[in-house]
Amino acid sequence: MKPGAASKLVSMQRAIDEHVPSGSMVTMGAQLEQMIPFAAGHEIIRQGRLDLTLVGPISDILFDQMIGAGCVSRVMAAWVGNASAGMGYCFRRAVEMSIPRAIETVDHTNLTLALALHAAAMGVPFMPTYTTLGSDLLKRNGNLREFSSPVNEERLVAVRALRPDVAILHVQRADAAGNAQLWGNLGVAIDAARASRKVIVVAEEIVAPEVIASDPNRTLIPGFLVAAVVHEPWGAHPSPVQGYYGRDHAFFHEYHDQTRELDGFERWIKRWVAEVSSRDSYFKQLGDSRADNLRVREHALSVPVDFGF
Amino acid sequence: MTTRTPSGTATGRFSRSELMVAAAAREIHDGELVFVGMRLPMIAFGVAKRTHAPGATGLFENGVIRDTPAPELLYTMGDPPNLLKASYCGDMLSVMSLLQQGRVNVGFLGAAEVDRFGNLNTTWGNRNGQQVRLPGSGGACDIASLSQRTVVLLEHNRQRLVSRVGHITSPGNGTGYGWRREQGLPLRSGPAAIITTMGVLRYGEDGEAYLASVHPGVSVEDVLSNTGWTLRVADDLDATPEPDAAELAVIREIDPDHYWTKS
Repeated sequence: MKPGAASKLVSMQRAIDEHVPSGSMVTMGAQLEQMIPFAAGHEIIRQGRLDLTLVGPISDILFDQMIGAGCVSRVMAAWVGNASAGMGYCFRRAVEMSIPRAIETVDHTNLTLALALHAAAMGVPFMPTYTTLGSDLLKRNGNLREFSSPVNEERLVAVRALRPDVAILHVQRADAAGNAQLWGNLGVAIDAARASRKVIVVAEEIVAPEVIASDPNRTLIPGFLVAAVVHEPWGAHPSPVQGYYGRDHAFFHEYHDQTRELDGFERWIKRWVAEVSSRDSYFKQLGDSRADNLRVREHALSVPVDFGF
Repeated sequence: MTTRTPSGTATGRFSRSELMVAAAAREIHDGELVFVGMRLPMIAFGVAKRTHAPGATGLFENGVIRDTPAPELLYTMGDPPNLLKASYCGDMLSVMSLLQQGRVNVGFLGAAEVDRFGNLNTTWGNRNGQQVRLPGSGGACDIASLSQRTVVLLEHNRQRLVSRVGHITSPGNGTGYGWRREQGLPLRSGPAAIITTMGVLRYGEDGEAYLASVHPGVSVEDVLSNTGWTLRVADDLDATPEPDAAELAVIREIDPDHYWTKS
């Protein structure tokens, strides 16, 4: 550690306990199908949080699980379901039948959600766009307002800034001060970190500050924005983490098949969340052979860049 | 039901989805910027790249840009093979900005419902009179609003090809010619084709879809009786070209277990 850079390393249990109270607006799944913070979501479920507003472009099955567990009163997202299998059944039950509780849905598109976070990251009240003109999303989402451009006569949509209470971002590596490096597709991760009041970084690896400093272009979340750092290897399973493990496609399909009915979901959440006190026991339940199949088969290292002078 | 089955399928030469992939690939021209999307269009991009459009570039809304097809079958655009040897990995706005500038030539979408003017619904479905909540837009509304040409792929039946969608998630031609301009949507944008399990629909000057080609082994009557409005038929109606050997070879190399291209 550099002098003055206090360690923010805490357990997942403590990070959620301290930074994600009931009623929070939480953004997760910022990198779309990669690096979804499932371990964090499961800890939120175990700690029984209520009335959360979930914010994300798509979330694959994480939002579905948190909705099914009753943690959520509102979803502001572009897409809620199961990316490779289709519908999210908990999302459907909540919207259609208020099971386990009613949720409000605020339908965005990927672009409007990105712009909402970008506006907050930029510190302005809205960002203009053409998308959603003519759509029913524009009519039904109060955060999208049509206006006339002040510099020409065009019609535009103002996307209201969205400032979540906390962003939970899974990354490949970070130092203990929260300087976080991630690579691959970034989705809305950078804007999510800057837009949110607090950031929890969940990292596959904790590395020395010298490692981070060796490649500052790859540091996409500067540590001073970060409230807590959690070291949680495999914390994004079943979603992939480039360079660490692949996507567990079968897991998504099993979830799809097993959660079609409410009692099936209740069994699923008991097995994979409620009765799994930590990621270690989750990983044991997953089994070595399944994990081995997801490990990187062939590493593909980039060529180092030269910061010398 | 042999009349509804492409002739190739009856002889086991290709599946209907392989025919749709080949048709989708032909919507991509060489040198174009393509918003690829998921499932069948992901394979179509690979086919186009390896056959007639080697200079096409694929954009993915998660922030990935590729000059080469992914080396393995993708279940989602964020699968690790789609990032390996990508020409660019960045954030969503860096690719969506290209879309909003009007630089993207063609974007592919699926849908639960499409109507006679090409409007898409992926938000609220209807099953036996019950409202069903679907996953929502994702990037679909953005692609339909902003790409120069939008191509939709879906199964052909009266529940999916409807006279009027119950909810416009992604705008097509609205209520007809001129509607997009009235809404303020970019001038050089809009729906170009609907590739179904039975044929290919295109759009007339008035903004309404018509049947441009039928797949091999499908009769026009079948198409009409499976469409939820009185579908117009082109005077010069074509048969959708069958996938050729080169296209089929690429499709089967990308999807050897027929995960996306079985039926």
